[in-house]
Amino acid sequence: MGFRSSKKLGLVSGLVLILSACGTTSMHTTEAMSEQSEATTRSAKVHEYFLKNGLKLIVKEDHRAPVVVSQIWYKIGPSYEYGGITGVSHVLEHMMFKGTRKHAAGEFSRIISEHGGRENAFTGPDYTAYFQQLEASRLPISFEMESDRMRNLLLPEDEFLKEVKVVMEERRMRTEDKPGSLTYEQFKATAFQSSPYQQPIIGWMNDLENLTVADLRSWYRQWYAPNNATVIVVGDVNPDEVFKLAKKYFGSFKPSTIVPAKPRLEPEQKGERRITVKAPAELPVLIMGYKTPVLKTVDEPWKAYALEMVAGVLSGGKSARLSKELVRGKQLANSAGAGYSLASRLDSLFILEGVPAKGHTVAELEQALREQVERLSTELVDEVELERIKAQVVAAKVYEQDSVFYQAMQMGILETVDLSWQVGEDYVENLRAITAEQIRQVAREFLVGDGLTVGVLDPQPIDKAAGHKMSGGHNGSH
Amino acid sequence: MVLTRVFLITGLCWVGLVQATPEIQHWQTSNGARVYFVPAHELPMVDVRVVFDAGSARDGGKAGLALMTNGLMDEGAAGLDSDELAGRFDSLGAQFGGHSMKDMAMFTLRSLNDKHLLQPALKTMAQVLSQPDFPTDALERERARVLTSLQHEAQSPGAISGKAFYSAVYGEHPYGQPANGTEESIKALTRKDLQNYHGRYYVAHNALVAIVGDVSRAEAEQMAENLLAGLKEGEAVQALPKVTGLAHAKNIHIDHPSSQTHVLMGQPGMRRGDDDYFPLYVGNHVLGGGGFVSRITNEVREKRGLSYSAYSYFTPMREEGPFTLGLQTANKNVAEALTVLKDTLDTFIQQGPTEKELEASKKNITGGLALRTDSNKDIIGYIAMIGFYGQPLDYLDTFIDTVNAVTVAQVRDAYLRRVIPPLMVTVTVGGEQGVEPAGSEH
Repeated sequence: MGFRSSKKLGLVSGLVLILSACGTTSMHTTEAMSEQSEATTRSAKVHEYFLKNGLKLIVKEDHRAPVVVSQIWYKIGPSYEYGGITGVSHVLEHMMFKGTRKHAAGEFSRIISEHGGRENAFTGPDYTAYFQQLEASRLPISFEMESDRMRNLLLPEDEFLKEVKVVMEERRMRTEDKPGSLTYEQFKATAFQSSPYQQPIIGWMNDLENLTVADLRSWYRQWYAPNNATVIVVGDVNPDEVFKLAKKYFGSFKPSTIVPAKPRLEPEQKGERRITVKAPAELPVLIMGYKTPVLKTVDEPWKAYALEMVAGVLSGGKSARLSKELVRGKQLANSAGAGYSLASRLDSLFILEGVPAKGHTVAELEQALREQVERLSTELVDEVELERIKAQVVAAKVYEQDSVFYQAMQMGILETVDLSWQVGEDYVENLRAITAEQIRQVAREFLVGDGLTVGVLDPQPIDKAAGHKMSGGHNGSH
Repeated sequence: MVLTRVFLITGLCWVGLVQATPEIQHWQTSNGARVYFVPAHELPMVDVRVVFDAGSARDGGKAGLALMTNGLMDEGAAGLDSDELAGRFDSLGAQFGGHSMKDMAMFTLRSLNDKHLLQPALKTMAQVLSQPDFPTDALERERARVLTSLQHEAQSPGAISGKAFYSAVYGEHPYGQPANGTEESIKALTRKDLQNYHGRYYVAHNALVAIVGDVSRAEAEQMAENLLAGLKEGEAVQALPKVTGLAHAKNIHIDHPSSQTHVLMGQPGMRRGDDDYFPLYVGNHVLGGGGFVSRITNEVREKRGLSYSAYSYFTPMREEGPFTLGLQTANKNVAEALTVLKDTLDTFIQQGPTEKELEASKKNITGGLALRTDSNKDIIGYIAMIGFYGQPLDYLDTFIDTVNAVTVAQVRDAYLRRVIPPLMVTVTVGGEQGVEPAGSEH
C-alpha cells in the first residue's frame, strides 16, 4: 500500500517520489548553437539537433510499431516559482489547452482525438511538458499545434477563472483529502527552508485562490520560448525528416532572453527536524528524508549512482532489505520503501517511508529504519545482494524499451534538469560500476542525522457516528 | 510526483485495438489449458501471463478468499519461503507478480529471453502455480496486511464510495462482495479455505496462458506445457449467477471529513460479448469516455470548473459489469454537479449523439488502433482478455469495421433500452456541507 515507495531502480521511477534536487542554476543559454545535423551520440538510434533559435530536438528511432510520441519539455516548473505564486506553472499547463488565435479552447484536444491520438501534459518539479501519441505519419499535427501554443496562447480571463477552480478541485483530491499526501507536503516544506523544493507542485491553496491571469501571462512570456524548450520524438520516424519538420514549425520563432532563476541554495541543515501532521485517518505514516546531492550538483558523479544503489539495496524489489526484514522478518512494517533519484535540478532528499504494522508504533518503525541506515554505513553490502540489484537494473533497461513513451520521458527529464539524455544511455554501466565500499561511503557521507527531517502523520478519529444515510424506494428518484 | 492535466482512470472500458493485427496463435496444453501466443522478436524479452477464472466472484460467501489465495501463493511454494521465491525472481532480473480482480486471478512474469534467466524464472513460476504451501506464518502476516489495507480504504473517500457503489448495484450477487473482504470475513479465513480454493480453481481446465515475446512457437509450446504441468486438469467453473437489474433507485450518502464529495452513479451495464457492446461502447466515448472531447467533461469541468475528473464508462465483465458515472467536487457544489451529471446523461439518452460527434469518436477509436497495441505489454493484456472471455480470435481483424458500422440510431436505441436513469444507484461520500443526492425528493 505504501504511497510512493519506489519499487524499482530507474531514472523515471524516482519521479513517483516527488524527489527534488539541488544546486547550481541551470538555465540554459542561447550562445553559439549552430544548426548541426547530429551531434555526438553514442547510440546509433538517437539523433540530436539544434535550431538556430535555440530549440533542441532529440529523435530516437523505434520502428517496432507505426506510432510516434512527441513531447515538448519546457525548462520551467514549480522549482522556478517564488512565494505567492506557487502553482502558477501547473495552472499555466492547464491553460495551454484554452486556445490561441488559430485554435479555439479545446480544439487541440478535438483535433488530436479525431486523429486517433492521445494527448496530455504534466508538471514536475523542474519541468512542464506536453505530449501527443499518434500514428507515425501524423507527427506534423503535433508540431503545428505545439508551435502555435508556444507563442500564441490567448489566456482568456474567463477560461482562467474556471480552470483555476478545476485545479483547486485537483488539489483537494490529491492533497487535502489524502492524509499521506498532506503529510508529505508538510514534510517537504520543513525539510527545505530556502530551496524551492519546499513548495508543493500544485501550489498552496491560498496562492491558487489569489492567482491572477496576469500572473500566468507574465509567466508564459518569460519562459515559453524556443530556446527554453526541448522537443523529444520517439517512434517510427526518419530523424532528418523530423528535423525538417521542426525547422518548418518552430524555426521562425525568435529566441527570448531567458533570465536564470535565482539559485536559492539550501543552507546546510544543522540538526534533525521533526514535524507532526494531524488529520482524520486510520493509519499513521512515517517519512524520513536525508539531504542529498544529485548528479547535477554532486562533487563526484559516482556518489549519485551509489545513492541510487542504496535505494536499491533497501527497496529494489520484494527481496530487498525493507520488505524482507521489516515487512516479513520482524513484521514491524505494513509497508516500507526507500527512494532517491539522481535526476533533478537542485539538491534533493533520500527518503525512507513506511506504515507500521498493526501492534507496532511509528517510533519502533523509525528505530528500525535508522538501524538500516546505520548498518549501511558500517557493514559492506553482500556481493550476492549487489549482483541481484544489478541484474534487475540490466533487465529493466531492456524492459523499458517496450514503451516509446517511457523512453521519451526519460530523455526529457534528463534534458530539462540540464543533464543529457546520454546519462540514460550510460545509466546501467554507471550503476554496475558501483562497489560495496562506495555504497558504504555515501551512506556515511549523506545519510547522517543532522541532515535528517522526520514527518509523522498522527491519525485523528474519522467521525463515523454520522454514518450512512440511505434513501430510495420507488419514489426515490425523478 | 508529477501532475497531469487529466486524471487517467484505469480500468476504463478496455478495448484493445490493433491495426496490422498481431496474429494470435492458439492451442491447448496436454492437460487442457488454453494457450494464446504472439511472437515478438524485436526485443530480447518475453511476457507470460497465466489467468484463472478465480477472481473474487468465486469467493463463495467467504469475501477475500480469492485475493488471499492469490496473494499467498508466492509467499511459499515447493518448500521455498517468501524470501527465497522473491530472491530467485529478483536475481534473474525477472518481474513477477500475482493479481486478483473480480473475474480474473492471474500471475505475470516478464523476463529476458536468455535461457539461463528465463528457464529458472519459469520453473519458479510453475512452483508458485502448482505447489503453494500456504505457510501459516505468511498467512497471518498477509491477513494482518489485508486488514490494514481495509483501514487504509476507510480513510479514502474514493475507496469508500467505490465499495458502497458495488454493494448497492449488485446486492447479494458475487460482484457486490468486496474483493478484499471485511474485517470479519478476513479474520475467519483458514489455511484449509485457501488450499481448497487453490485445488478447485487453479486447475488447467480453468486456466489460460498468454505469451508474447522473443521465443519460437516450439519454445512457447514447451513453456506453456512446463508451466502448467503440475496442475490438475480439474474442471472449468460453473457460470456465475445472472445479474438482476435494480428494482428501484438507491441514494446513499456516507459522511466523511473530506473537503470534497466523491460521487458515483450507475447500474449494471454490460457483459463482454454483449449484443449491445459496440453501440454502448462507442456511444460512451461521446458521453463520458473520450476525455476532453466527451460531453460530461465538457459540461462538468470545461464549462463550470466543478471537478478535476468527470467521466462515464462501462466495465464489461463475465456478467454485466457496471456502467459508472463519476466526479469529485467541493462539498458545497455537490447538488449542482449531480444535476449537471444527470442532465447530461438524460439528454444523451433522449437524443443520442449527433452524427458529427459519433464520427469523431469513431475516428478516435479506430485511428488509435496502432497506439493500443504498440507494446508487448498491450498485446498480452489484449490476448489474455480475448482468451478469458472467449472472444473470437479474429476479433481484432473485424474490430474497425464493427466500430464503423455503429449508427446514431443504434446508439440511441441501445442507451434507451439499457441505461435507465430512474433506476440508478447514487453514492456520495463527503464532508459536512454535502447534501442529499439530488434525486431524493422526499
